[in-house]
Amino acid sequence: MRGKKPQADELRIGVFICDCGSNIAGHLDCSSVTEYASTLPGVAYAKENLYTCSEAGIGEIQKGIKEQKLNRVVVASCSPRTHQPLFQNSCAAAELNPYLFEMVNIRDQCSWVHMEEREDATQKAKDLVRMGVSKAAFLEPQQDIEASLIPRVLVIGGGVAGLSAAGSLAAMGLDVVLVEKEVEAGGLLRRINRLAPHGEKASERVLEMLLSIKARPNATLYLGSRVEDVSGYIGNFEITIRPEGGEAVREKVGCIVVATGAVPLKPEGLYRYDGTRVVTQMELEERLAAGALEAQRVVMIQCVGARSPEREYCSRICCQTAVKNARFIKEQNPEAHVHILYRDMQMYGTENEQMLCDARGEGVRFDVFSPDQPPVVQEGKVEFYQPLTGEMVGIPCDLVVLSTPLVPRDDAQALSQLLRVPVDQNGFFLEAHAKLRPLDFATDGIFVCGSARYPANVQEAVSQGLGASSRIATILFKDKLITSAIVAEIDPETCVGCMGCMEMCPYEAITYLPEKNICEVNTVLCKGCGCCAATCPSQSATLRGFKPEQLMAQIRAV
Amino acid sequence: MLDVGRHPDIDLMAYSEVEKVEGESGAFKATIRRKARYVEEDRCTGCGACKEKCPTVLPDAFNMGLGTRKAIYSWFAQGIPSTHTIDPAHCRQLNGKKCGICQKVCQANAVNFDQKDRIVELDVGAIVVASGYKVFDPSQIPEYQYRQIPNVITAIEFERLLSASGPTAGHLHRPSDLLVEAEMEALEKDVKKSEKALDKFEQKYGQASAAFYDAYQKGAYEGDEDRGKWAEKYVAHLALVEPLDALKREAEGFDVAKRLAFVQCVGSRDFRFYPFCSGYCCMHSIKEAIIANEHERETTSVIFGMDIRAVGKGFEEYKIRGGNQSGITYVRGRVAEITEGPQRNPVVTYEDTRERKVISRDFDLVILATACAPSEGVERLAEILGIERNRFGFFKTGTSQSLDTTRPGIFACGCAHGPMDIPESVAQASGAAARAAQIVTAASMRKAS
Ligand SMILES: Cc1cc2nc3c(=O)[nH]c(=O)nc-3n(C[C@H](O)[C@H](O)[C@H](O)COP(=O)(O)OP(=O)(O)OC[C@H]3O[C@@H](n4cnc5c(N)ncnc54)[C@H](O)[C@@H]3O)c2cc1C
Ligand SMILES: Cc1cc2nc3c(=O)[nH]c(=O)nc-3n(C[C@H](O)[C@H](O)[C@H](O)COP(=O)(O)OP(=O)(O)OC[C@H]3O[C@@H](n4cnc5c(N)ncnc54)[C@H](O)[C@@H]3O)c2cc1C
Ligand code: SF4
Repeated sequence: MRGKKPQADELRIGVFICDCGSNIAGHLDCSSVTEYASTLPGVAYAKENLYTCSEAGIGEIQKGIKEQKLNRVVVASCSPRTHQPLFQNSCAAAELNPYLFEMVNIRDQCSWVHMEEREDATQKAKDLVRMGVSKAAFLEPQQDIEASLIPRVLVIGGGVAGLSAAGSLAAMGLDVVLVEKEVEAGGLLRRINRLAPHGEKASERVLEMLLSIKARPNATLYLGSRVEDVSGYIGNFEITIRPEGGEAVREKVGCIVVATGAVPLKPEGLYRYDGTRVVTQMELEERLAAGALEAQRVVMIQCVGARSPEREYCSRICCQTAVKNARFIKEQNPEAHVHILYRDMQMYGTENEQMLCDARGEGVRFDVFSPDQPPVVQEGKVEFYQPLTGEMVGIPCDLVVLSTPLVPRDDAQALSQLLRVPVDQNGFFLEAHAKLRPLDFATDGIFVCGSARYPANVQEAVSQGLGASSRIATILFKDKLITSAIVAEIDPETCVGCMGCMEMCPYEAITYLPEKNICEVNTVLCKGCGCCAATCPSQSATLRGFKPEQLMAQIRAV
Repeated sequence: MLDVGRHPDIDLMAYSEVEKVEGESGAFKATIRRKARYVEEDRCTGCGACKEKCPTVLPDAFNMGLGTRKAIYSWFAQGIPSTHTIDPAHCRQLNGKKCGICQKVCQANAVNFDQKDRIVELDVGAIVVASGYKVFDPSQIPEYQYRQIPNVITAIEFERLLSASGPTAGHLHRPSDLLVEAEMEALEKDVKKSEKALDKFEQKYGQASAAFYDAYQKGAYEGDEDRGKWAEKYVAHLALVEPLDALKREAEGFDVAKRLAFVQCVGSRDFRFYPFCSGYCCMHSIKEAIIANEHERETTSVIFGMDIRAVGKGFEEYKIRGGNQSGITYVRGRVAEITEGPQRNPVVTYEDTRERKVISRDFDLVILATACAPSEGVERLAEILGIERNRFGFFKTGTSQSLDTTRPGIFACGCAHGPMDIPESVAQASGAAARAAQIVTAASMRKAS
């Protein structure tokens, strides 16, 4: 049997009961719990501490390990979330394997929830301590898992976000491999005229970024190339890159950045779009970049193909783009009429709102429309219902510009499968946590930035590229990857290769080995959640530190 | 927060301020003032026994003054570090009175009334400014009558009311009701006291006060000084009981707030105060309206805004869901005025742009979405760091390196950079860390070679 219980005579469990000042001792009888603990089988020593986490309390644990020759330590105090690492490290410092430590929470689970019931709280604390001690008897020493790290990073996509990430990584001294599928890097900015809010030329901006990367000896660019295959995991990915019509190249990297951007929607069938008199903002950008615009009367319509039942999201950048272009047209030709029909002007923040205000001052007209009564593009005019007057109004025009949202690229889905990272309901890459981990994927070692995640303007895409680079630095600046030993293992002798566990694992940490017809856990990717152990019909999957015999011992002690 | 507190490479200096920065990118010398907490950080375990016993009760700034705290306190329950702090302005002991109770109850011997501010000098390669924002004070807007009408509150105050760990345990009691309840409590105390005083007379003379007073009024005890006092006390007692009864009757009708109005752009997009858009307030109003509805399914909300700027990932979807499932109505327009109507209900006056009519509607509670103003002390901080501010009052940053301030080696992120929500702030913070790391690695490479 795995994880055999040590012979009773060799077990020397030390139990430390914490008063936490009066936080615990004020609501239950810690002395009686300590006395009780000392009578439990295997317990060699029990001690009550005023504050176990204080220097004196830690000293008691370490003294106990040395003088009492303790080979298991149980602390009954507060939450393992805040204090387990401290106690484990203290055990390690006294040369006791930190995985021979067990924590019991008699504060949150006892004194705090049973404040007015001293007797019962004391009894429950005893029960909890007995359970912890029973489990401790079955604990086994473990070694933290170490893995090597390749200090090299793959960046997929050479738009501003990817260039920003690559430039920053290279500047921090990491090797960078940038793969761009087009023959030129720069992404959407190669087609854009000037950049809001400051007005610099978009093409110059990317050129500057590109040159600074090219000047770095530790950056390699693969233009006109695609990532064909990805295997491995954090620290050790193996990548196959295929240049257009060329030989495949293999690269080994420690981390990956996804910066594949997005594309503006082509509004086929909407508002009489024809690409000549009714164009998209992107087509307008190209015309403006090419030279003076002939149109005298321009009407822009916002939210074309966005914020609608088939595409609910707001694309964030189109309002800024429309205002920027409206102002540019007025600057080039003050006589021109520009009218923007919108639903909400999404000019968030300082500079954007200022642009909106300036545009109004410069004579750009704004009118709101409601989605249940959208404007109608007719020959030479756009007609819309104006709520302020309650009338239908026609605006004469010789050019209609449609603001269409950024949508995921056609091949985003394929890339997501290649990397085994998710996309959201709109097809954008899905980060690990919307608020707290916006640039991470749930899968370790892979990061996202720019419009690949969700439409972003240049400033945001650049910041996110930088952000992804520092997320990577926190991993690759270390010599090796050290992770907790609390991971799952699958017994190759009993596994029947049913693959039930693979579906349950949220971290893609389990692989199927067809030649042996068994499943195997990648201990570097495993986070120790235990889903596989709970699923496995043959009980071959177990979680270290939470094996059936350890849990059963705890449960039987109830 | 916990991760930062626990990280071996992060030295968290809470309750501290930067006083001086000398040197240059790659080699700054920063002077930090570590303010005296009067509690030893390495001894205090954060158990909180001290604040249980501390006799000095103060309004709790974390709960926007809606609850109370003691003179020895932790900013909030999950704060990192958990070290408690004595508020020197209010602590009895520190103000020359006899007390020191916390010192006596602290079993960790952590309280030290002699602690002084400490000055620490740090050698750092780069600096990140993440000093955030300040909530705009809407009492500057006369037409909204914040502070004059109790049921007009700010979004951040509303957050505390919604919070399960807040002053009302998450129930939406109206501030006007809370005021009445506080008044009742005070009156009840006084009534108890005066009952005690009457009790004495009643026992002495073996007569109920009411019966005695009847007789007294009929002139029964002319010239009896002691009974005269009794009569006086009884009159005073009635003067307490009557208003108390009135308040009790009023309080019977109290209910939690169920009809909410959210007023957007309070101080934002307003040339009298801040011309910019604060970016996150549309979303926090929607969030608060949804949460209020989750607590109490009958709750309905109206959000008044010029535009509803739901511009983040999943935000538009969230907004639509709020409308369909959480009783939110969105009304386009700026609120002109808030007044007080019957039952202390705030009345919102606005122009309905669809109906082209001026409308006044009453609500149970009005919540003001206040602007994201540059942080408290931003001028001084800019001066200390030697960096410029932009025309909006936030730290000025570059065009192509948008996290770089005007002094090399100093970077800004989050609301110190400009108004933004949490995901944007977090992404920028990582970005600023990268810029800082570039400087530090370059400096250490120079040193190594
Ligand atoms: C009309 C218009 C006007 C705009 N104007 C402004 C403005 O004035 N100011 C502003 O701040 N922002 C503006 N924007 C937004 C700006 O375009 C984005 O901020 C920017 O493009 C985001 O950069 P990115 O790197 O995330 O994505 P992208 O620019 O889309 O770059 C992604 C890159 O990845 C490559 N790629 C994609 N898939 C793969 C793959 N599988 N393998 C290899 N490479 C791949 C692409 O070829 C591309 O080069 C505008 C957008 C539009 C549509
Ligand atoms: C009512 C309300 C609700 C909100 N709800 C949400 C929400 O649901 N989701 C969301 O994404 N966003 C929300 N936000 C926005 C969110 O608060 C901000 O995005 C976020 O707080 C910005 O973080 P920050 O670190 O930049 O600034 P802050 O949170 O302001 O932090 C700045 C810190 O710096 C400290 N500091 C300031 N000056 C100095 C100095 N000189 N020296 C040392 N320290 C200093 C401050 O004490 C503070 O701790 C909400 C905002 C409000 C007002
Ligand atoms: S000061 Fe003392 S009593 Fe107060 S929280 Fe800290 S350790 Fe506990």
